Formats: sequence, C-alpha cells, structure tokens
Amino acid sequence: MNSPLATLNKILTCSFVDGPGNRLVLFFQGCNLACSACHNPYTIGICDHCGDCVPACDPGALTLQSNKVIFNPALCDQCDACLTICPISASPMTTQFSVDDILALIRIHKPFLGGITVSGGEATMQADFVKDLFTAIKSAPDLSDLTCFIDSNGMLDIAGWQNLLPVTDGVMLDIKAFAMDLQKELTGHDTSAAQNIARVLLKAGKLYEIRYLLIPGKTDNTAELDQLVAFIQSLGLDTKVRLNAFQHHGVRGLALDQDIMPKEGVDAVVELLADAGIHNVTTPAIYQ
Amino acid sequence: MPEITEKLRKITNDPTLSPAQKAHYLAVEAENMLPYPELDADVQEALDDRIICDMFEGHAPYKPRYVLPDYSIVLKNGSDYLELPVPQNLDEAINTLMIAYHHVPSVTGMPVYLGDLDNLLLPFCDGVSDDALRQKIRLFWRYLDRTLPDAFMHANIGPSDNRVARAILEIDAELGQVAPNLTFLYDPDTSTEDILRLATDNILKCSKPHIANHPVHKATFDDRGYGIVSCYNALPVAGGSSTLTRINLKAVAELSDSESHFLNEVLPRYMDMNFRLTETRISYLFDQSGFFDSFLVSEKWIDRDRFTAMYGIYAMAEAVNILQDKAALEGRYGFDDKANDLGLRISKMLSEAVEARPLKNAWQGRAMLHSQAGLSDDIEATPGIRIPYGTEPDPVSHVQALAPQHQYYPSGVSEILTIDETVKNNPEALYQLCKGALASGFREFTANVSSNDLVRVTGYMIRLSDVQKFNDQKGSRTNTTGLGAEAADLMGILDRKPRVVGHELSPGYT
Repeated sequence: MNSPLATLNKILTCSFVDGPGNRLVLFFQGCNLACSACHNPYTIGICDHCGDCVPACDPGALTLQSNKVIFNPALCDQCDACLTICPISASPMTTQFSVDDILALIRIHKPFLGGITVSGGEATMQADFVKDLFTAIKSAPDLSDLTCFIDSNGMLDIAGWQNLLPVTDGVMLDIKAFAMDLQKELTGHDTSAAQNIARVLLKAGKLYEIRYLLIPGKTDNTAELDQLVAFIQSLGLDTKVRLNAFQHHGVRGLALDQDIMPKEGVDAVVELLADAGIHNVTTPAIYQ
Repeated sequence: MPEITEKLRKITNDPTLSPAQKAHYLAVEAENMLPYPELDADVQEALDDRIICDMFEGHAPYKPRYVLPDYSIVLKNGSDYLELPVPQNLDEAINTLMIAYHHVPSVTGMPVYLGDLDNLLLPFCDGVSDDALRQKIRLFWRYLDRTLPDAFMHANIGPSDNRVARAILEIDAELGQVAPNLTFLYDPDTSTEDILRLATDNILKCSKPHIANHPVHKATFDDRGYGIVSCYNALPVAGGSSTLTRINLKAVAELSDSESHFLNEVLPRYMDMNFRLTETRISYLFDQSGFFDSFLVSEKWIDRDRFTAMYGIYAMAEAVNILQDKAALEGRYGFDDKANDLGLRISKMLSEAVEARPLKNAWQGRAMLHSQAGLSDDIEATPGIRIPYGTEPDPVSHVQALAPQHQYYPSGVSEILTIDETVKNNPEALYQLCKGALASGFREFTANVSSNDLVRVTGYMIRLSDVQKFNDQKGSRTNTTGLGAEAADLMGILDRKPRVVGHELSPGYT
C-alpha cells in the first residue's frame, strides 16, 4: 500500500476531551475555515516556506534550505515565536507521519486507549490518509477494538463522507452558527452544509456529538439559540450536544476583545435546551 | 526535663486537639522518654542523620506497626476474651466487627485494617433486602468515621462482584467521608467490568477507592491471603508488619561518587545498617514487649509467624538525578530512558539484597521491599519511587515510566496519578487508564481528580475544607487533617496544580 503521509501539528497520547474514553489524538495541520475564535489558530494555514519565521527562531531550530523551512525538533525550546510571526496562521513545526508510524505509536499506548480521534486543523482535508489509517486499524487484529473518531467542521462534501464512514465509528461535528452573516463573520465562509452533513451522519449511525461554541453576543442570541433548538429537535431529542464556552486561551487578535462566556451563561443555555426536551448536554468541566 | 515538661504542657493545653488526640500525643512522648533499644554506633549515627529512618515509630515497640487480623475467626467463633457469642445475623456480625476493631492496635493506636468486608459480611446477608443492607452499611460507615477517625484505616472489597461490595461503593460515594479508606481488589478473571466501572466512577466522586492488582498481589502472598492497608501496603492477613524502616536514597547518593560506588559500596553499607535497625526493633517487639501474649494470638486472629518487616526506600528521583549529575548526564528521572533505567538498576539491587538477607521473626524469614510515601516533614525528598511533585508527565506517560519498577516492591508502591477535571465529563477514560495501568504491571491504581474536596495526601485522605479550618485554629475531628495541614504548609500542596504530596505519617506532636 502506497499511502500518503499526514502532516500533523501535534499528537496527544492521552486525552479525555476528544470522544469517549481515553484517546490518542492526531491534530492535522491545515483548515478550510478561518474562525476568528479558533483556540489553536496556528493549525489553520499550510506553510508556504516564506521563511519569515527563520530569523525569529532564537535556538536555531528553523533553517532555510533550498527555499524550504526545515524544522529540527531537537533544538526547539517551544517558545512559539514562529507561530506569532507567521503571516498565514500556519506552523513550521509540523511533522509528516506514515500510517505505519501512527500504528506503531498506537501500539505503545494501546493498553490505555479507548480509541483514536483525528482532529486539527481539519482532518478531513487529508481524508485519504484518514481512510488508510482507519482501515489499517480496523484490519489489525490487535487494534480492531479501538474506535476511530473524527472531529470535523463538516465542510467535507457528502461523497467524501461516504468514503470515510465505513471505517469511522463516530463524528464530533461543529455547528458554528445559523444566520448566514454570522457564519461568514465567524468563519469567513458559508458553513450551512454542516447541518446537512449532520443528517447524513445521523442516518449512518455515526453522529456522536454536535458541538456548539457559545460566544457572548454572537452565538448566544435568541434567534441563534432558537435555531439551535429546532435543529437539534430535528435530529432527535437524544442527540448528544456539547456546549463549549468561548475563552481567551489560545485565541488571537480581535477575538481577545471579545467577552468570554461565563458558566452562568452556559447554564442558562442548558436550561433552555432542557425546556425543549434536549437533555443529553455536556458542558465544560473547567472555565479558565 | 524542663524541655519535655514544656512540650507535655503544650500538648495538654493545645486548643486545637481533642482530649483523645492529646492522650495519644502524650503517650507518644512518654514512650520516647525511654531509652531507645541499644543500637551500635554506626546505626545510631545513620539514624541521627536520618539517612536511615524508623518512621519515628517510638522508642519501645510494644505493638506492631500494622496488624491485619483474620476477622473471619471472630465471626465464626466469637471471642472468649471479649465475651462475644458467635454472630447469627448481619446486625450481630457488624456489631462484632465494631467491637473487634477497638482491640486491634497499630502504630497510630487505631486499627489500619477493617477486613475484606464483603467476603466477611456476605454469609450474613441472606434475607436482607438491598435497602436494609445499604442502611446498615450507612450506619456502619458513619460509626467508623466518627469513632475511629483515622484515614489510614482501610477496608477491602472484591475481587468478586457482589451486593455487599456494591452497597459499600454506593454508600462510600454518598457519604464522601475521610474514613474509612477503601481498596477494591481487581482481578480481570473474577471481577466484572461493571463493578470496576462503579469503582472508577466513585474515584470521580470522592477519590476512593484504590484499585489493587489482585493477581499480582495474590502471587506475592500465600493461601491465607493479604490485605491492603494504610498507604498501599500489601501485607499478610492474620499478621501484618512489625515495623517500617526506610532509607533516604537521596542522602545515600549524595555520599556516593558514582553509580558503581553507590550500588557497590555506599548503598550496601546503609542497607546493612537499616537491617540492623530493623532487627533491633523487631527483637524488642517479639522478645520484650509481651505483645504476642495477647488474646489476638491465642484466639488465632493473628499468628506471630505472619508479621513481615517493611523495608522502605524513598527519594529515588533525587538519587537518580544526583547520580546522573555526577556522571554529567542530563536526563531526569521519569522523563529520560537512561535515567529511568538507572532507577530500575537501583530497585533491582535493593530487591536482591532484601531477598538475600535472612531476618528472624519475619514472615517467610525475609523483609519486604516497599516504596515508601513519606512523612509530613520530608523536604525536597520525593516519596518512594515517584516522579517529583508538579513535574509529572501526563498520566499515561507517568504510568509507562514507572510500571517496570513495580515488580520490585512486593509490600507496595505508593503512587498517585493526578487526573485533570475534564475526566469528569468522560468517566470511561478513567476506567481505561485504570485498566491500562494494571495491565502494565502497576500493583495499585490510585487517582486524584483535581477539584474534589476529598484529596489524597498519600495513602490517606483529607478534606481541603478541613485543612482550611485547621489552619484557622479550629482543630479537626479527623486525625489525618493535622498531617495534611502540616504537609500542605511545608510542601505547598494546595498552591500547586492538582497534586498530592506523599506523607504517610506525622508521628509525633510538632
């Protein structure tokens, strides 16, 4: 099998917040949205080797060789100066992995894992790799009990999902907003296709969770919440909904002027959903 | 004398202590006015320098450190000495145990072992409804916490999935008490996944129980079995441990020039001295104290041949890092494979040396190596083989770094995993971590979830709100809160990210 390589920003070998149980999480580099409230904005762009970050790297972990930015992790002191200076919200600190590399890593951590989750960035932009990886996990006798989950913004088209779903156990799907102008303001794009994708996933029995980020004055107004309620009701009252609360850690730029979402505000939305019969709602364990 | 009378006066007048707590500290001081059993000059010097340590157990060992009675004997036979008839129903069985506990000493003066409660009580549960069972356990638990308020006191349940074990887990989470401490013995062949889930769900609510690796412990002991008491100590049932002594590996490393000097000369010298200290203490207990003339022996609750000696070590992390420095190596214990390998070589050497040394009046003629949690006044010395406070990697990396160590410590490893609160939304993750840790060879899975008011400060639990109250001079009903407060002040545990310090015991009044 001549598999493509994945460009990853980060691998977590222990996560409690990316699907059921303890999960190994692959954060893919690159996203097809550009959300202003993104909590890891350096995963959005793909490095175009402009070299702006090289002089910013004090320990010399970044060098320009044959017009390519080369990253030496051994020298990196994780100061993140390169991420701050990058003009396109990319990261020079990515690494390429083969399916076999990832399988070897999963095997080391297997006794502790419920499964693996691909996140990002937007993992489905590297769907060929995701499919190869999930297929390899499902066909390896020592790994086949692990579940394979995707954390996605739903921008992949239906044909793309139909290709992935046979080897996927569950999808955590972001719904960004309902009003078109708000979608564009928050993400730079029309994201309404994600609502249709939710129905496709539901029909396939693969919709694990709808995720909705509460941003004060934006996604928590009455019109938005009414549409959220109607949308969830259309999927079914048992649908698992995860409410996230906008906070400042990780975000950049103008989003730092945006108020954070307090626990009281989240609790009020939980109550609203409960009144509408939507009861399978998870809220943040910590606000900070 | 003026110094000691001043201290005794301070104890009697301390507004933060109850009369019972004062009586205990006064007794400790009185015992320590006696001369220590005779030690040779080298051992005395090492003890004075605290390179070896007797855990301040006292100058005249008149009771074993830990006593684990076989309570099935008193439930089956009653007791002539205590004038107890054979219990006929669940009320009488619980009442018999409640009385029995008051006659079982330990280093703290309170029992550390309450028995394998589900196996003890199950035969009395026929015809008792689940509601009635829960109510009886609820009152039993309330009694234990209020009359024997020491969080070293430990009940065991499992490995089978049974209604008593389930009722205990349910009530323990409902009440959220400091005492008793609780261990579930997990055996993948006997326990159901369901009851393990109940146990790990309880950890999210009240940081209890510990989960013990039953197959590993079972293979260490004999057919009469073992119990888990105090801080993750695995000891023979119908016996216990006469004493716990320990070596400060950090201090030994400081006296060494290199790894080979440490392993071949300095550590063997201090190990020998720690053995001599152990022998002296055991000899007093067995030959002079008269402890084994007790009805506990004549009625066969305990057997004098079943007391081991716990041979403790601590500050492995500092020892490894000091030896790495002396070899001009940068790798740190817990993070670097070479440093971790050095830690393993040290543990292997310790284990072989303990195995090779015959010990009189010890179960199977040998001491048992123990990764010791610490005392509340240990400073800059990490408990046992743990990774230093506040620097631990994620829980999985943590387990993977330390799992190979566990084979060398048959009487237990004090280890606590700190889990961040996000796990509260995902209990399945804690269950998987637990299974992974045990499958990797951990003898014990113990976790603290950060926002719980009940927090483990090693093997014992404290309430963070109690520590606050204690520091406000209001005193605490439970004995271990004082220890937690002392540890919290010295080590700054409450300022750190969710973290537990390893302090098993603060032995005297300070």
